[in-house]
Amino acid sequence: MTKKVEIKDHNTLFQSEKYQQQVENKREFENPCTLQEVEEVKEYTKTEEYKDKNFAREGLTINPAKACQPLGAVLAGLGFEGTLPFVHGSQGCVAYFRSHFSRHFKEPVPASSSSMTEDSAVFGGMRNLVEGLGNSASLYKPKMIAMSTTCMAEVIGDDLQAFIETARQEGNISEDFPVPFANTPSFVGSHITGYDSMMKSILSYLFEKEPGEIDKTEKINLIPGFETYTGNIVELKKILSLMGVEYTVLGDHSDNLDSPANGEYELYYGGTKLEDVPKAAGAKATFNLQKYPLKKTAKYIEEKWEQPVINGPYPIGIEKTDAFIKKVAEITGKEIPQALKDERGRVIDAFTDSHAYLHGKRVAIAGDPDIVLGLISFCLEVGIEPVHIVCTNGDKEFEVEAYALLKASPYGIDGKVYTGKDLWHLRSLLLTDPVDFAIGSTFMKFNAKDADIPLVRVGFPIFDRHHLHRYPIIGYQGALNLLTSMVNTILEELDKDAPGHSFDVVR
Amino acid sequence: MRQIAFYGKGGIGKSTTSQNTLAQLSTKFGQDVMIVGCDPKADSTRLILNTKVQDTVLHLAAAKGTVEDLELEDVLRTGYGDIKCVESGGPEPGVGCAGRGIITSINFLEEQGAYEGRDFVSYDVLGDVVCGGFAMPIRENKAQEIYIVCSGEMMAMYAANNIARGVLKYANTGGVRLGGLICNSRNTDREDELIMELARRLNTQMIHFVPRDNIVQHAELRKMTVAQYAPDHPQAKEYEILAEKILHNDKLTIPTPIEMEELEELLLDFGIIEDDETKIKKLEEAEASKK
Repeated sequence: MTKKVEIKDHNTLFQSEKYQQQVENKREFENPCTLQEVEEVKEYTKTEEYKDKNFAREGLTINPAKACQPLGAVLAGLGFEGTLPFVHGSQGCVAYFRSHFSRHFKEPVPASSSSMTEDSAVFGGMRNLVEGLGNSASLYKPKMIAMSTTCMAEVIGDDLQAFIETARQEGNISEDFPVPFANTPSFVGSHITGYDSMMKSILSYLFEKEPGEIDKTEKINLIPGFETYTGNIVELKKILSLMGVEYTVLGDHSDNLDSPANGEYELYYGGTKLEDVPKAAGAKATFNLQKYPLKKTAKYIEEKWEQPVINGPYPIGIEKTDAFIKKVAEITGKEIPQALKDERGRVIDAFTDSHAYLHGKRVAIAGDPDIVLGLISFCLEVGIEPVHIVCTNGDKEFEVEAYALLKASPYGIDGKVYTGKDLWHLRSLLLTDPVDFAIGSTFMKFNAKDADIPLVRVGFPIFDRHHLHRYPIIGYQGALNLLTSMVNTILEELDKDAPGHSFDVVR
Repeated sequence: MRQIAFYGKGGIGKSTTSQNTLAQLSTKFGQDVMIVGCDPKADSTRLILNTKVQDTVLHLAAAKGTVEDLELEDVLRTGYGDIKCVESGGPEPGVGCAGRGIITSINFLEEQGAYEGRDFVSYDVLGDVVCGGFAMPIRENKAQEIYIVCSGEMMAMYAANNIARGVLKYANTGGVRLGGLICNSRNTDREDELIMELARRLNTQMIHFVPRDNIVQHAELRKMTVAQYAPDHPQAKEYEILAEKILHNDKLTIPTPIEMEELEELLLDFGIIEDDETKIKKLEEAEASKK
């Protein structure tokens, strides 16, 4: 047997004398204040006085709980069969989108860039786009290219439509090769705005490409939205299959971001078939699982496909799942099967099992609008009190919806909603008005550590825990998963803090 | 809905001609007209509103922090002849990016549904198409008809030819077309013949010859169009004819811009410029007479 390779642990390695000495040497140049001063400032940031200053802050954002528009556009593109997301702009932006998704899904993410440089900023990015389209089409052989833009291309006003047309005229791509495109400048909106623009563009492009009569079908459409749980899309399909509903998922990126390791890598897995999009125009209705990343798309479908659009609710928790399932039953005329009713009953049973430990627990929540609304609703159902709610990319409509939820429950009276605020604001809130635990993305771990509270990781991105995206948070199963992670987090804390006489076997 | 745009050399009278014409289009032909001023100076709607606009899209967006907080009614004004007016505005000279400002404003107007129900949307764009932002009004699904305001002098014609070149660039990949040259007369010799000849070579038409008349300046000093200040004056009739021609314009073409040499020859033929030998001779004579 070969000798075991000894690999030094990251945590202990940098505690060794050699590295500690390095830190001391650097301090002289990089951070020339005493450890005592650092401690004093750290304590000061925990005060009410600092909180007021922090909330009066203008012109500086620290750790916003949002990402930029093309990130959403790339995800929308990944939801379609054989589709390569192509971002017109500089390479670094696209590297960021790919790594961001890779770190969350632990999967490779195909996306190409037109690699704009300073020259293209001065003379316009047409050549980069035209040649980039040609290269992407011939090297990666996609069925469709979904194009979005970065800030640079938007600031100089590059005209995507004209450039794509030029690429066709010059023969870089064929006349009928589909290239839906969306303008996605990141100095406005967030990743959910970009998702919306790209989704609308893909649906309208594929639909309007072949004009003709719309054939009515018995199916329904589902658009997931900026959905970062592949498990949610699987759960959704499970519910609809149990109900016997025929459906089309528009923008199904679950296979692309959860592909099997069988020794062969492919660029494209699954996704909505391109020919299914025009057919989807004849569906009975479209269900937008999330409302906020699909506002423009919803408007388009209502106007051009002339079918009802059901915007949300994102079915987190019992009440919102009930609402979703009832609406599907109402529109399709299908019965709600006993299997679903039983599943619901079991989750309610689980709620009551854990209720004693959750009741009255105070929590802070941050994330995208739909997920935050779902989490508020779930917390209120199990007796958790949402106190600090931060939604950086939330709008006025979101705020109204969130307060309506909070006001409808005795557990919601202490809840305060902060739209447009960032995670540094949330830090002040956690330190001046403590809560029992926090719910949010990986980026909240710093806040949670400073406030010495546990973090239940829900949302996007989750970089530092594995496989959570494979487990649904929607539907009855999702409610059970959320319940499990929350109650066990609390029980873990209880054990950690328990003196010997209370360190119980049964909880 | 028809979307049109007025281009031309700076100072040629674009804003004056467009507002006078659009006032006629609205009052005499019952068209629902909207003007989108795309000049950071924000003076494209002054004669319709009888005042200079203070609340431009970008000015208010800067005050509120973001364009997303703006409402349409904050920036949409109604002026003479029930014409709807919006000024894009822009940054102070020397800072920021005016081109991006135009993109932001036009996107805002479209998203807010400002164009719904209009018969005509007219963009008034400053002198030169210097960057992608200033070309925004002639992108696909924006202005489909371009009118170039010019006169019988060299730089105006030079600019007109350049604008035709810009239109050609976009006409190949989209639907934008040249609607014609509007000659805003400077009272030079054979001006109408010259512009008609230029129009012929650019594969377009001189859609109208607007004679020079001081009444336009009188009206302008009072921040009015002729239609409002002196509706019965013959000059008002000229703008009415132009408005009617635009309304029924069926000569929308892909322009054929000409080379610099050809333009110079044309100007020589019409005596607008002189050849180099004549110039030198005149210069020498002038210097000799001084001695």
